[in-house]
Amino acid sequence: MSKTLRGLSPENRRGLSETAVEITSMNKWYGDFHALRDINLTVRRGERIVICGPSGSGKSTMIRCINRLEEHQSGKIVVDGIELTSDLKKIEEVRREVGMVFQHFNLFPHLTILENCTLAPIWVRKVPERQAKEIAMHFLEKVRIPDQAHKYPGQLSGGQQQRVAIARSLCMKPRIMLFDEPTSALDPEMIKEVLDTMIALADEGMTMLCVTHEMGFAQAVADRVIFMDQGQIVEQNEPRAFFSAPRSERTRTFLGQILGH
Amino acid sequence: MNLHNVSWVRQEMVLPSARPAGQGGPREWMRKNLFDGWLSTLLTVASVTAIAWLIVAIAPWLGNSIWKANSLAECRQLLDGAPGACWGVIRDRWPQLLFGFYPADLYWRPVLAFALLLAALAPVLFRALPSRTLWFSAVYPGLAGWLIWGGSLWFPVAVYLGFAVAAGLFASTARASQGLGLSVAGLGAALWWVYAAQPFSSAANAVIPIVLEAVPSREIGGFLLSIIIGVTGIATSLPLGILLALGRRSGLPLIYMLSVVFIEFIRGVPLITLLFTASLLLNYFLPPGTNFDLILRVVIMVTLFASAYMAEVIRGGLAGLPCGQYEAAEALGLDYWKAQRLIILPQALKISIPGIVNTFIGLFKDTTLVMFIGLLDPIALAAAIRANTEWQGIYWELFIFIGAVFFIFCFGMSRYSMYLERRLKTDHR
Repeated sequence: MSKTLRGLSPENRRGLSETAVEITSMNKWYGDFHALRDINLTVRRGERIVICGPSGSGKSTMIRCINRLEEHQSGKIVVDGIELTSDLKKIEEVRREVGMVFQHFNLFPHLTILENCTLAPIWVRKVPERQAKEIAMHFLEKVRIPDQAHKYPGQLSGGQQQRVAIARSLCMKPRIMLFDEPTSALDPEMIKEVLDTMIALADEGMTMLCVTHEMGFAQAVADRVIFMDQGQIVEQNEPRAFFSAPRSERTRTFLGQILGH
Repeated sequence: MNLHNVSWVRQEMVLPSARPAGQGGPREWMRKNLFDGWLSTLLTVASVTAIAWLIVAIAPWLGNSIWKANSLAECRQLLDGAPGACWGVIRDRWPQLLFGFYPADLYWRPVLAFALLLAALAPVLFRALPSRTLWFSAVYPGLAGWLIWGGSLWFPVAVYLGFAVAAGLFASTARASQGLGLSVAGLGAALWWVYAAQPFSSAANAVIPIVLEAVPSREIGGFLLSIIIGVTGIATSLPLGILLALGRRSGLPLIYMLSVVFIEFIRGVPLITLLFTASLLLNYFLPPGTNFDLILRVVIMVTLFASAYMAEVIRGGLAGLPCGQYEAAEALGLDYWKAQRLIILPQALKISIPGIVNTFIGLFKDTTLVMFIGLLDPIALAAAIRANTEWQGIYWELFIFIGAVFFIFCFGMSRYSMYLERRLKTDHR
């Protein structure tokens, strides 16, 4: 595959530090509820991180802060060298470089699969239409659904929709990909096809932050597993140590619950 | 202890087969839908009787229609005591019902404007046509205004140049800031229209005179008037309604407040009040001597009235979208206006089509209210015709005709909206 299609062409790489995301002492409140507490996290370029934890622990909120779908109230988030403030230009700049895959796919139901994939490159990156279509077809082939390009999202299965959603994000050639429980809304038969796509992406060196409960995936591709509870990072480690020798009591209980049966 | 053996395995999968015959057919349908039990039978018989009675009552009146008569007296003479409709009034007053008191030798101008209206609407309504023809749709309002009111062609050209001025100013200042660009463009266009448009058109006309005989607004009436008000109102209330709906969902307090106050005020006031304001009160507020066309004032009021309702209909559509759509658009890096235009509004407007068309139909029928401020719409003309000695006492025929014309327009809008909903149906639920 050509380098330019990977979004990591030499000119893009120039002047970039080795740090993809840096979060320092970040706090977030929903009203009076302290949702994220003192988050410190540094993600190196090319690192694959899996974030797990009980529901309501703040894992989705944390990764949604990285592309400013959620606003943080204190602390500092630097993505790709750009600090996230209320400056809209900066936010849009970050969003161009950060792809996101949602639990409920959030494809645009009024557009075809191909149009879903070409929309942002054409309107945000100003790629000519013909070239945008080529890029879209390239990524649709990569997620193995090029033959569905002219259908509408409603005609596809959940697993196919999620793969389209991944392709749609990749068409913007992001440097960082965020996955917010990408397989939680899928039937068991379809989880594997989405995970395979994500594993292929990880093998190509994409920086990934995945909120997921697929521990098999974590063991296969993650460089680091983060466990969150009550809005804070409780434990992080490389996957082998994380699963074989969790250090916190809270982590042990959680792992016992999800791996126990 | 369980005596069953629960272990079982299918040896062959069953292939799909045809549905058993003998279901369906007209007999079966009638039994199911018309004569299903004594209550259903009773209702069927009662409904058929009622329809038959109506037909028997109306048929002779319609069957004995008189088309050629110049007065009600002549009609009665021809009928000789038998019941019968006297459509002669429609034939006799046809031009008046269509054009009001528009000069008879100039009828070709509104007729041409109407024919061009169809050509201008076609590319907007049906996507099959090439988008290049949309240029004509953009030019049409000025052209139609010139055809109907006459005067110098340079006046609509000057009005259009105002948009060009705005576009030029926006292009040169938007690089600094979009908000600044918009304000400068709006201000520039307003200044152009107020101070430069009139001198420009006079000057241009002095060089190359292209003039049609002017027709004053008070001579315009009939369905021509209804269509002018209705079409202009429909075409402008939709974009205005969209902006108001977005304003009402805006996070900017000033824009939000302005939208809410505007919508609630306009919705809370009867249209007839607004029309009286347009016809009487505005004269007190405007500087003395300004000649602000009455039809234009009415069009503005009708548009504002409809746009408040439109805003609420569209707000319903916006609220009906899952927030995932907003998030996905934002996550892809689309800014607010692009997200609205490409992702949010296409879906929200699709959901709102029934409500939007409802408002359109309501607006078109409300144009008949202008008779109360002295404009000669078809209803006002009907009253005038009935006051005439020739047609004094005629009643049903005029109103049935007017009702039928309105019905054709409204039914057309309704059918178009159903076609549009089918065309835009992509959710495959």
